[in-house]
Amino acid sequence: MILATIAFYVFAAVAVAAGFMVIASRNPVHSVLFLILVFFNAAGLFVLMGAEFLAMLLVIVYVGAVAVLFLFVVMMLDIDFSELREGFLQYMPIGALIGLIVLLELIMVASTWVLGADSATLAAAPIPDMGEVSNAEAIGQVMYTQYVYFFQAAGMVLLVAMIGAIVLTLRPQTNARRQVIADQIARTKESSVELKKVEPGQGI
Amino acid sequence: MEIGLAHYLTVAAILFTLGIFGIFLNRKNVIIILMSIELMLLAVNINLVAFSTHLGDLTGQIFAMLVLTVAAAEAAIGLAILVVYFRNRGSIAVEDINLMKG
Repeated sequence: MILATIAFYVFAAVAVAAGFMVIASRNPVHSVLFLILVFFNAAGLFVLMGAEFLAMLLVIVYVGAVAVLFLFVVMMLDIDFSELREGFLQYMPIGALIGLIVLLELIMVASTWVLGADSATLAAAPIPDMGEVSNAEAIGQVMYTQYVYFFQAAGMVLLVAMIGAIVLTLRPQTNARRQVIADQIARTKESSVELKKVEPGQGI
Repeated sequence: MEIGLAHYLTVAAILFTLGIFGIFLNRKNVIIILMSIELMLLAVNINLVAFSTHLGDLTGQIFAMLVLTVAAAEAAIGLAILVVYFRNRGSIAVEDINLMKG
């Protein structure tokens, strides 16, 4: 138990510190790397909570795909990032004020809320005994039956995102030599073959 | 000390606030703004999973998975728009994005 407590505090502290570095770091590449660190620690928190499947999903999807995408874009764009940081201190007071207000609101919500008396019986998809059914299996049993339409909708969202990203960034190639079928069919023997009578001892 | 629901909610609240703070702090840099949005979505996911495991209801984890999907799609589209914008204008400063005078 003491180990879980220590693990929680380590994961939480590193996640919060890295989260702060994401927004405060001077170099966007460092920001992305700190974002990866946040995701790893959040995955650790998920494991502590008993949601192993989502923890692995977080590592695979976020660290493996989204963060690498960010890294690619940051490194591909030729931007002077120091120029973009002008006004950093100018926005600090208003940002700190709004952040403080939101944090206060969240604390007020968190300190006043109570769990309903019958909340334990209201579970739409109760978690089965972890000893018998693993977390991934339990999620699969619910996701492919009760929430199958949401699963399909998530697939559609990903499809639209994929097509959208490809369409947005696709550049028509101007120097590529493509097959023009109409031209090929319209060719005749007269337009493409010419017979020349070559006299002996002379070139064409 | 026993680690309960409140501890996880606190971590999520701090991360969410950091995300909002990041948007205000880096007003000019779209990439950091997108990263801040990812941070906020992660905080929401932590909340969902914390409640899910605390109340013994798998629905929260399913929902967190869907949020993950939407976050990935949003990052892909946002970065694609960013790349196209940079190609056309040679800059990603948020202040220059005012063609529509909105």
